Parts: sequence; C-alpha cells; structure tokens
Amino acid sequence: MPHLVLDSLSADYGRDPVLSDVGLSVERGEIVSIIGPSGSGKSTLLRVLVGLLRPRAGTVAVAGTPVDYGSDAALRKVRERFAIVFQQYNLFQNMTALRNVTVAPTVVKGRPAGEVEAEARALLAKVGLSHRVEAYPDELSGGQQQRVAIARALALKPDILLLDEVTSALDPELVSEVLDTIRLLAADGMTMLIVSHEMAFVREISSKVVFMADGRVVETGPPAQIFDAPQTERCADFVRRILRH
Amino acid sequence: MAALLDELPRFFSYYNVIFLAQAFAYTAGLSLVGCGLGFVAGFGLAVLRQERVMRFAPVRILALLYVELFRRIPFLVLLMVVFFGFQLAGADVPMFVVAATTVALSAAAFSAENVRAGLEAVHRNQWDAAETLNMGGLRALRLVVLPQAWRIIIPPSMTYAVGLVKATSIASQIGVAELTFAAKILNQKGFSPALCFGTILVLYFVLCWSLNRFAAHLEVRLAPSRSR
Amino acid sequence: MGYTLQYGQVTPYLGYLAGGAWLALQIAAVAFLIGWAIGLVCASVLHYGPRPARWLVRAYVTFFLNTPLLVQIFFIYFALPDYGILIGSVEAVILGMSLNAGAYMAEIQRAGFASIRRAEIEAAETLGFSRLQQIRYVILPHIAKVLYPPLSNQYIILTMTTSVAAIFGVEELTGRAYNINAQTFRSLEIFSIAAVYYVVLTVIASAVLYAIGRFLFRIKGKVF
Ligand SMILES: Nc1ncnc2c1ncn2[C@@H]1O[C@H](COP(=O)(O)OP(=O)(O)O)[C@@H](O)[C@H]1O
Ligand SMILES: [Mg+2]
Repeated sequence: MPHLVLDSLSADYGRDPVLSDVGLSVERGEIVSIIGPSGSGKSTLLRVLVGLLRPRAGTVAVAGTPVDYGSDAALRKVRERFAIVFQQYNLFQNMTALRNVTVAPTVVKGRPAGEVEAEARALLAKVGLSHRVEAYPDELSGGQQQRVAIARALALKPDILLLDEVTSALDPELVSEVLDTIRLLAADGMTMLIVSHEMAFVREISSKVVFMADGRVVETGPPAQIFDAPQTERCADFVRRILRH
Repeated sequence: MAALLDELPRFFSYYNVIFLAQAFAYTAGLSLVGCGLGFVAGFGLAVLRQERVMRFAPVRILALLYVELFRRIPFLVLLMVVFFGFQLAGADVPMFVVAATTVALSAAAFSAENVRAGLEAVHRNQWDAAETLNMGGLRALRLVVLPQAWRIIIPPSMTYAVGLVKATSIASQIGVAELTFAAKILNQKGFSPALCFGTILVLYFVLCWSLNRFAAHLEVRLAPSRSR
Repeated sequence: MGYTLQYGQVTPYLGYLAGGAWLALQIAAVAFLIGWAIGLVCASVLHYGPRPARWLVRAYVTFFLNTPLLVQIFFIYFALPDYGILIGSVEAVILGMSLNAGAYMAEIQRAGFASIRRAEIEAAETLGFSRLQQIRYVILPHIAKVLYPPLSNQYIILTMTTSVAAIFGVEELTGRAYNINAQTFRSLEIFSIAAVYYVVLTVIASAVLYAIGRFLFRIKGKVF
C-alpha cells in the first residue's frame, strides 16, 4: 500500500483555483520530486498537505487512512505525520539553533527536556552543526540555517518530510551542504516529497518525478522519462529550458 | 511684566507649591493608571484581531469595530459619555475612576493599533513555522511572535502615552484635581492667568518632554539591528 | 436603575447638531490651512535657515508638542488680554489649534523633505532635467506622496480636536451637545449621538482622503 496518496486535490486562496485535480502516490521510503515553473502551485501543494491551507476538494491518505483537514484537532494529527522545511528556513529568530529544535517537542508534545535536548544535539550533529547549537539564526549562514530547519522538522519524528525549494535561497557554494544532508536522510529511508530546481539532484535522488504546471499534474514518471523522454510538450519544453543553463 | 514679577513670591507660596505638586502627581497617576489599563485592554484587542489566534470571525470584527469607533471619538465627548454613563447607571464612583476609565477606553483603541502593527511586522513565515510545529495561536504568540514584536510595539506606545498625558488636561472639565484644574482654581483665587497657566505649561512640558526623550531613547536602544 | 435611554426626545435636535458638525469642519479646515503654512515655513527654516532661526523653530515645535492644546488655548484666551491682546473664543481656539498643528506639521514636513533621495535627483540630472524640471517632475511628486498620508491623518485628528472649542463656549458639535443637554437633560443620549457624529464625520473624511490619495498619488495605505 502506498505511504501517501493524493487524489483529485484542489485548492485556492479564495479566488482562482491554484491546484486542480492533483493526484500522486508515494511509496514508503520513496523520494518523489515535484518540478514545474514558478507559480505552478508546488508550494501550495505542500502547504495543503501540512494543513496551512485547507483543500477545496479531493482526498489525502497516509498509509491507507484518509487525512481529515476538517478540525483543529484533526489538523494536529496531520502535522504529527508531515513535517515541512521552507525555502526561507523560517527559523524562529528569537531562539538559538538548539531551542529551535527543542521547542516543539518539549512545549507542544510535553516531552522531558533532557531527553529532547540530547536528541536535538544528535540531530544537529547529524546535519553537521554540533559546533553551532547556541547560535541564533542571524549568526548562521543560509546553508546552516536551512540545516537547522531540517533538524527542527526531524525532531518531531515525522512519517513524511516535505522540502520546499530548500536550496533556492542559498548562495551556490552553500547548496551542496544542504543536498548532502538530504542524501543522508534518503539513506535512512525517510519518505520525502521534494520541490526543487536542482535538476541533477532531482534526477539522482528521486524514484519518481512529478511535473506540474498551472496547478495541475501534467506528467509523472521516473527521472529517465521526465528528463530524457518527456511524453508531453509542456514538460519537454520546461526540461529543455531549465537544462540549458 | 513687572506686575508678574511682583506676584511671583505670593504665587509660589508653600501652599500653592504643595497644591501644584499634588496636581502634578494626580496628572501623572491618572495617565499611568489609564494608560496601563488601556494598554492591557488594547493588547487583548490586538490579539483578538489576529486570525491565527482568534478563529471565530465575529470576535475579530467586534475587536476591529471597537478600535475603529473609539479612536474616532474626541476625548471630551468620550469623557461626557463615561461621566453620564456612570451617573445614570447609578454607580456613585469617584471622579478619578471616571477620568481613568475614559483614558483607558481611548488608550485601548490606540494601543490596539500599535500592538497590531508590531505583531504584523513579524514575518508571517514565523507564524507558519509555528503552526506546522503544532504550536497553536496563543503559544506561537507567546513563544515566537511577541519576543520579536515587543521592541517594535513599545516606542510608539510610549509616544502615544505622551499624547494621553496631554489629553488628561481635558479631565479638568469634570473637576478632577489634576494640573489644569489646579491652574483654574488658582486663577479663580485671583492669581494672574499668565502665571497659573504658564506654570502648568512648564510642568506638562517637563513630564511630556522627559517621556518623549525616553521613548526616543528606547527606539534607538530597541531598534532590531538584529532580529531578536 | 430607573433610567431608560430615550433617544426620541433628542431626535428634533439632530439637524441642530449637524450644523455644529459643519462648524467643526470649518474650524478644522482653517486650523489645518494655517497650521500647514506654519509647518511649511518652520520645516523650511529647519532645513535651510540660519542657526538661530533653526534654534527658535526647534524651541517652538518642542514646546507645542509637549504641552496640552487645552492649556495652550487657556493661556491664549485668558492670559493674553492682560497684555492688551483681546481675542474672541473662536479665534483663540483656532489660534491655539493652528499653532499646535503647525508644530506637528513642521515635524511631518521636515521628515518629508529629509526623505528626498539624492539618488533620484542625480538620476534626473543625468537625464538632463533642468533644476525647475527636477522640482516639477521629481521632487514635488515625491514629497506629495510622502506627505499626503501623515497630513491627512493630521486633518482627521484636527476634526476631533475641534471638540475642545466647546470648553470656550463655541457652539460647534460638542458645544451644541452641551446646549441640548442643558435643555433636555438626556445627557447620555445626546453625548453618545455626538460621539456617533464624530465617528461618521471622520470615517467619511478618511474615505474621501483615501480616495483622493489613491487617485492623485496612487497611495494604497489606509488613511487614519
Ligand atoms: N498567500 C497567497 N495568496 C494568494 N495567492 C497565492 C498565495 N500564495 C501563492 N499564491 C498564488 O498561487 C499560485 C501558486 O503559487 P505557489 O504555490 O507559490 O507556486 P510555486 O511554489 O510553484 O512557485 C501563484 O499564482 C501564486 O500567485
Ligand atoms: Mg514555491
């Protein structure tokens, strides 16, 4: 049974539809990447999954159980399964790296501080930041901040990790450190849904690539198909343009 | 001018100085109590206006309505409404309560605007991140947003408080023993208006100018050179 | 609790109150225009004037920003006659309001002048604009756009401020509310209606000023 299934998902910000009839499925431990032009609804799709935006129609199922986006209580359950990392990191500016990672497990889940802190230090070590745990976000480079954000997301022990263009705001020389972190998670068997413009990385790490345009899934297939033999004109067009540089 | 100088020793008699000092304290106390209560209420109103905290739209609209109404009512008119409101409700309260209530009602509306501006200056991605970590609106406010917003909220609130100190002069209309009322009393006792009103102008100036300097100092000190 | 609100008794006075509102708007407009002129002169002095003049203007602005309008008017109305300057109540109120507003508008306009960006002028110079063209096409539009919102706020604040005129027996909106109160003793009704008048008055002013700002300067922000 697939780990995550989206079926005919639609959403909007109050006016024109931003997502229409989106469907896709992700196996346990699989890494699926979403590509597509800016404004095609990739971020919106992830926002819907974590309950920042309620879907207008359609269903989401995790391990065969439909996800209920209807009530606050249900939303809390949703967010225990999905964790998201944003393009702009969105670290809490008033907290150290360590506190960013520990705040949700201790305050929200009420777990013992000592235990959580040990885990957080281990996570920060895993993303290569054991020497910067007491630093505030504005004392960290973009790449370091993004790795803290990944550690923060992992601290909640999610089933599925959503990554939204996590390298787009970074200077080129900082991209690889974040990608290495994601490779590490892939090796651990984490189920991930990744929005990215790093085509070489997408090709290397994903078992499936979803091409979106205008809020719709236009083409889905293994990287070899999407990048080398796209079946649709729009996907071919997009891939050609983005691979040229 | 010479007449004024002649009058000086008589005007600054022991009793008059005590009288003015008490009035000064009354003005300061009235401002402090009124602004304090008003700020707390305004803070509550601003929080109730946040969609992330208050999900129930009618409450948000009521909070907005309060702010929009009360910041558009002149202090004198509000004072009369409160004065007669208490009177007709049969509540025999001291005039200090009437005046402080008026200051608080007005301060609440303006503070709510300052607090809202401060909260909204914190990037909404901070709310988003808190929400995806299951923090809930109030917790996100307390742990994430307020620690970043308070330094944006405090300076304009201080500046606004100075405005209210000046507005308390209007409370002289219901006979509370603050500075302006004291000046009118002294004037009625036969002291020349230039001395009476000139003196309290200086006293108001001392109070307001120091507060404004303090606000300016805070603005520099709290300026988020870094965002925490 | 024997008291019940009876708005019926005061309805005949609604027109009379509206007349007071009209007077309030006129007082606000006059005080605004004088205050604006004072503020413009002061802001220019602060920017371009000689040191003693700047110092004098600073003192004026600082003094008026840190003392209550009501006491300023008391001083003008009661103290000046002792020195041979006789002044009527409306005039005293308008003078006080103008001097007070002048101080605020000096601050506002000084900040507006200070916001003219060197870069914009340099860009205009490299495009070959003459000095006059720079003023006409670059500096004035910039200043108008920067000053419009705070000056609009000032106008609305002045509209509410006119209510202190009642204390000096001027029969504007609040003054007329006092008059009706003396005749009918429906105090709470009459003052709450006066409050509603001010709300309506300022909401309309906000809407009109917003529309003008939007149309003339493409300013999207809310006014007051
Ligand atoms: N908060 C929002 N309010 C209204 N429209 C939005 C909002 N966020 C995104 N949109 C619109 O939704 C569409 C999809 O945006 P997004 O999901 O961010 O695209 P992508 O991540 O693929 O670049 C765009 O047309 C964008 O303008
Ligand atoms: Mg996006």
